[in-house]
Amino acid sequence: MATATYPIQVTYCGICSLPPEYCEFGGTTKKCEEWLEEKLPDMHSKLYSQEVLEQNMSALSVDAQKRAEKDSQKKAARAEAASAKLAETRATSKVLIKRIERNKRKYVTAVQGLEAFGLDIKKVAKDFGKKFATGSSVTKVPGGGEEITVQGDLSDDIFDYVVENYKDVPEDNLECIEDKKKKKADG
Amino acid sequence: MFKKDITPGAKSKVKSSVQRTIRSKVLEQYPLLEPYIEDILPKKEQLDLVKLPDRIALYALGTTPLFFQHMDDPLLPHLTLIHRYPRCFPTLRIDRGAIRFVLSGATLMTPGLTSPGGRLPNDPNDAEGRYGKKELEAGEVVVIEAEGKEHACMVGVLKVGTEEMKRVKKGQACEAGHYLGDGLWSLSLG
Repeated sequence: MATATYPIQVTYCGICSLPPEYCEFGGTTKKCEEWLEEKLPDMHSKLYSQEVLEQNMSALSVDAQKRAEKDSQKKAARAEAASAKLAETRATSKVLIKRIERNKRKYVTAVQGLEAFGLDIKKVAKDFGKKFATGSSVTKVPGGGEEITVQGDLSDDIFDYVVENYKDVPEDNLECIEDKKKKKADG
Repeated sequence: MFKKDITPGAKSKVKSSVQRTIRSKVLEQYPLLEPYIEDILPKKEQLDLVKLPDRIALYALGTTPLFFQHMDDPLLPHLTLIHRYPRCFPTLRIDRGAIRFVLSGATLMTPGLTSPGGRLPNDPNDAEGRYGKKELEAGEVVVIEAEGKEHACMVGVLKVGTEEMKRVKKGQACEAGHYLGDGLWSLSLG
């Protein structure tokens, strides 16, 4: 490594994004190891051979080893909990496509909840605008959070578009509703 | 600085005159980068400035982050940059035991550097002179490597000069600026 030509090409772990040699300090060591074994068998054998593991262990005192062990277990548990939580919110959270009547025959369509699926709603809003050739913007919701507001009655089109283009969002979690509350208040 | 995940703010283009200033500042701070500056900061390319929370500015070239800066503090290199040009920055090494603390964002403590696994400038164990001969002063930017690892794991600003560290051997050594796996690391520039 010493006199390699610059810039050095560094490979990063596909799971935790750190250089593979630091995977052991992340919470997802197990997954990282599997990933490395599959993608870069050379490096895997270098980093995870018995010899290296033993050497790593012997560098620390017994006491410190125990503490490190405990710590890494805690970290792993936390990482697992976090990923489980993420999966759960993904499974349970709903995307609402609302058709809101604005002025008798005119409608706007509001889309809520896309951010739970790891989408950047600003970008999605831009895409909607491009796809449907209408105004599309991110607006703040009074209760906190943001939604995408698209001009025109596009609830069905948006439903199809989201199903088609954003595979992360399961179709069952999409819901179309018609919002009439506003009209009542007006009338 | 980046313990939490951060969301990038507005991205704007850097004026070419400002870009020249940045370039000369980089060279002044890290003279060892001189041979590679054309690869890192090409004269013709358009640099981007991304605003981050807490008055931090990140300079990026396309989608590669290069340097970040808090107000008018010294420019700190992003870790991906350090990984590509590892020998161009003043470097210290920590022992194995300290890695896990650094990676969870703790302030680096002196014993991690003074112990047998750690390396400071003029270290008797450092035969090839990798960690330099010059003692570093407080306030200097240092890259922190780890024992038995190839790549750097942190970059920060020294709180105490290295000479004093060797004398006192305790207390805080280096403020955690940017470490592997922090918010800045996982930030993606779209």
